[in-house]
Amino acid sequence: MAGQSSSSPVGAVGRSGAAVLERLAETGQLWHLAVAAARQTLLGPFRGTPFRLRETCRQIVRSGNQSLPLVALIAALIGSILALQSAYQLRLFGATHLVADLVAISVTRELAPLMTSILVAGRVGSAVAAELGTMKVNEEIDALTVIGVDPISYLVVPRLLALLVAVPCLTLFADAIGILGGLFVGVSVLGLGAGSYVADSIATLVMEDLWGGVLKAFVFGGIIGLVACQQGLGTRGGAQAVGRSTTTTVVRSIVLIIGADLFVTALLYLRQ
Amino acid sequence: MASDPAAGASNGSPAIRVRGVRKSYGGNVVLAGVDLDVERGETMVILGGSGSGKSTLLRCMVGLERPDEGTVHIDGVDIFAAGSRKLGELRQRLGMAFQSSALFGSMTVGENVDLPLEEFTDLPPSTRQIIVDIKLALVGLEGTVDRLPSQLSGGMKKRASFARAMALDPDILFCDEPSAGLDPVTAAGLDRLLIQLKAVFGITMVVVTHELESAFAVADRIALIHGGRFLVTGAPDWVRACTDPLVRRFLDREPEAIEDSHQRFQQFMLGSEEADG
Repeated sequence: MAGQSSSSPVGAVGRSGAAVLERLAETGQLWHLAVAAARQTLLGPFRGTPFRLRETCRQIVRSGNQSLPLVALIAALIGSILALQSAYQLRLFGATHLVADLVAISVTRELAPLMTSILVAGRVGSAVAAELGTMKVNEEIDALTVIGVDPISYLVVPRLLALLVAVPCLTLFADAIGILGGLFVGVSVLGLGAGSYVADSIATLVMEDLWGGVLKAFVFGGIIGLVACQQGLGTRGGAQAVGRSTTTTVVRSIVLIIGADLFVTALLYLRQ
Repeated sequence: MASDPAAGASNGSPAIRVRGVRKSYGGNVVLAGVDLDVERGETMVILGGSGSGKSTLLRCMVGLERPDEGTVHIDGVDIFAAGSRKLGELRQRLGMAFQSSALFGSMTVGENVDLPLEEFTDLPPSTRQIIVDIKLALVGLEGTVDRLPSQLSGGMKKRASFARAMALDPDILFCDEPSAGLDPVTAAGLDRLLIQLKAVFGITMVVVTHELESAFAVADRIALIHGGRFLVTGAPDWVRACTDPLVRRFLDREPEAIEDSHQRFQQFMLGSEEADG
């Protein structure tokens, strides 16, 4: 009987409705966490809760160190691949010299912030969710609350601020490495001059390209931090639940990052 | 609920006053309207089996769970109605030792004990270090200051948890299953530690446990909880002499009769068949 009801259209609608409600509740939790973290960061120091600069710096260094080699590798590869792919089309029009322009703009405006954020979601977001999830199931978060230390101020704010700083910094680094990857292919495969490649890249880029990418990275960093902290603090159960929170953090961060990318790209486009 | 008229005579307002606390998860009623007073300086043991609601009550008493109904007053402050500043001040006068110890795994034992001192005092690090050493010596953990919790045994973790809970010299100490999962000798050592802490500091203690021996060793009063209600509250000897059948079953460690289990199984199967039909 139970099986029949679960496979009936009514049961399917009920399940879909429950899933939608669950997503809405989680969106509400994300928003609540963002507001609480912002309030704690801005008003905390005036209410006797110190700003945890040392812990924030520690988290920035940790996030950066965890991601830097991987970001460098992927940015170099993406820059090289982009140069080869664009040369494949541009040479049909005898415009191979435009490879530098295309690589520079594509990397700074889109690929560097997007790829960096996806990598950080996998490396740092998952680590944050696992760390907070483990603390949650081990009652360490409860211990903080009983001691009188606000977990938002002590755990969430430093990690969120660290990602808001680290992802844009990593993105600027990825910009440079991505352009260098394109330069390598341009010089070694396409026969372009190194000096002219660099000059073309610099001449093409305007500050808005760089800041547009950095703005995206800032938004993406916030998404990763909020999703990771929400999933970590919301962990219920044992080790299996920690694994689930970690996976959900990565998947949900990537989906939200790509959704936000469209939104920010449209905003930047419409501004012009 | 039976209660010992001679025990727990109040000399003023109790340290903790719990009134009408109800808590359910989904349709499962865990606490069905609980009242409890804990007097200043006494050790109140909340005794009960698994799933009786004792840990949920403790979590409600320290503000980790909000009850569906009812109030919890600590030193006259309604902890669910108090503002964050007032609650923050109150929390500095409470300590809690968790069942799982809940030591911060990324910090050393010394850093764990130092955390409340660092957060809530203006003491210089050198003074805090002296206090940390004193607290660790108090629970018999000298020389473990630089060790990580993962390098400690179960009993040592519990002791470190007590040292952290005692860091700010609290007025009230809550202990969740202090001797659970420990061998009898280590468990007896922890009971002795609780008795010593009370003798030295005169603090109010609320201890949640299912261990009979431990409960009768440390308690000034015992409240026996079953199915989200207190069956009996009173001095250990009075509780021990109680004739209520449910109390006797718990104290005499009588398992549920096999016939009862069979009956419930048959009822369950009958219910399933009716539902399928």
